[in-house]
Amino acid sequence: MMAAVILVVSLAALLQFFISYCRSLIAASAKQPLSVEVQEVTGITTGARGEDYPRVMQLLQLCPERPQDRGEVRAVKGYFQLLQLMRATLARPLPSLHDWTEFQLGQCTYFAAVALDRRIAFSREMLAAQLDDSL
Amino acid sequence: MGRELDQSTKARNVLGPTQFVIWFLGISLEATVVVCAVLRGSFRRYIFLNLYMAATLLVEIGRFQFLKHFGSNSFEFIYFYFYSDALLTILLYFALISLYTVVFDEMKAEKYVRFGAVLLLAGTSLFTYAVVHQSSAKILTHFVFELCQNLYFVGLVLTFVLWGAVLKLRETRTRVIQFVLSLGVYFSAFAVTYALRNLFPNFQTPYLAQAIGFFLPFAWVYTFWRVPEEARLAPSRVTVVPR
Repeated sequence: MMAAVILVVSLAALLQFFISYCRSLIAASAKQPLSVEVQEVTGITTGARGEDYPRVMQLLQLCPERPQDRGEVRAVKGYFQLLQLMRATLARPLPSLHDWTEFQLGQCTYFAAVALDRRIAFSREMLAAQLDDSL
Repeated sequence: MGRELDQSTKARNVLGPTQFVIWFLGISLEATVVVCAVLRGSFRRYIFLNLYMAATLLVEIGRFQFLKHFGSNSFEFIYFYFYSDALLTILLYFALISLYTVVFDEMKAEKYVRFGAVLLLAGTSLFTYAVVHQSSAKILTHFVFELCQNLYFVGLVLTFVLWGAVLKLRETRTRVIQFVLSLGVYFSAFAVTYALRNLFPNFQTPYLAQAIGFFLPFAWVYTFWRVPEEARLAPSRVTVVPR
């Protein structure tokens, strides 16, 4: 009985802390503007939508990986999947929760777009360094 | 390391390639946390977090040595594993308390926080002893295991209270927020696995503990390296329920 109570309490706490942790990662990118280039490629100009996330992720995977953002991208991917599950289950009968989930999914997409921006800049720096070495 | 193993026992007990890679990744991450903290000039500011990571690194190296010399089924390895685990859990508990002193810094409540922490640790140990004393013949071993389990749950409750304080006091330092949240994820994930093991004794999830173990150094490397000390974040922006 006690173990069951601990399990339920711990699961609820895990969910709460994981969501908050992911939001703290996303919060930093929400303030960053997207470059015109990424806006054109992703089609994100004003607000990002959750539906665009798979497409932005595909573009992200085309770029060389930056070791610094690997963990972040994975954590947010997990958060995105959790939100999708919430949207399909808990959020269906609750309009306010549904709106919140949609907003969060959009934030995940924006985060992915910012990561794409950083990876493009990283690829350019690598290319420039290679060109300098070859000269 | 007096008693050496024969060749066949050695072959059975050594780490496989996957386990070796996991072990190596773990110690690399733990070392990276300390290196990042030193390079960013934050080693002393978060001294208990860094001491915990350094101790974890040393314990992992020690475990490898015990494993190599005695094998994974030996009493020596098992005793070293559980006693070092208890020591690390207590160190992590103090690392969490050090975050309390950071959050309550302006209230000059450091003395009370420390006193309360020691009292709570003593209380948890006494409670564990009282439970174990009635039900087990191998008191010390059982005590160490139960103490770890109870401290993880106490750690989870304390992290929850600290997160409440962060929200109430409007603590905006991004690093502090991320440290508290990462500890919350870590404690609650371990509490879930302990509870599952209690409910279902046959519950086996290979590599789950290692995966959870990776999370903390990973999160701390990110925070030390990517988040500057001056970075600020409104905690209300990251809560599940909008405030």
